[in-house]
Amino acid sequence: MTTSLAQPVAGPAVEITVARDLARRAVPLAPVAIGLCAMFWGLHGALSSAYALVLVVANFVLAAALMTWAARISLAVMLGTVLAGYIVRLAVLTLAVLAVRRAGWVELVPLGLTLAVAHLTLLVWEARHVSASLAFPGLKPKG
Amino acid sequence: MSVALELFAQQGADPTAGLTAIGRGIVYGAAAIGPGIGIGIVVGNAITAMARQPEAAGMVRTTMFLGIAFTEALALFGFVLSFIVSG
Repeated sequence: MTTSLAQPVAGPAVEITVARDLARRAVPLAPVAIGLCAMFWGLHGALSSAYALVLVVANFVLAAALMTWAARISLAVMLGTVLAGYIVRLAVLTLAVLAVRRAGWVELVPLGLTLAVAHLTLLVWEARHVSASLAFPGLKPKG
Repeated sequence: MSVALELFAQQGADPTAGLTAIGRGIVYGAAAIGPGIGIGIVVGNAITAMARQPEAAGMVRTTMFLGIAFTEALALFGFVLSFIVSG
């Protein structure tokens, strides 16, 4: 059976579930990242790291929300929304960093490092969980 | 170029500030092109898969979401690099 590009996508909103999982996994990651940054850059490093973690989670949640909204309309809208959403999210991220760049509490190095490393760490963690769930649905990993 | 530098010198302005901003824009822009193409490929193939096999949409959407996020990490590296290197 095939479906038209103008029809909505069937099934539950899995993106929201994945984004919620990513946000949940960011909670145990936060003390580690903030602690490491505090060790090397002090209080400003810790604050910058916390801000970066908030940005990473917000980026995931925004992406999931956009995709879920578009999937309810049609496949074609989903395609356009994901591509436009990429540009929009990068712009929002850039503005969010530019807005605080000159602030006294911001250290750019821990902010940038946390942004990149937390993004990848959360994804690898979630991908491990998702791949195991898809391959062995009866043996979902707990972590 | 030399005329521009002379003008900067006369006005007491720092020419490297503008050049840094231009360089930062080039780095970020170049870093965003590759992931943009990658995300297009990921989504295009996912849409084809969902159109052909709607019953597998849940699995395809999950994989697509993670694929997009992994691809986007490359753009984030460019973004971070442009800020960290230029200071």
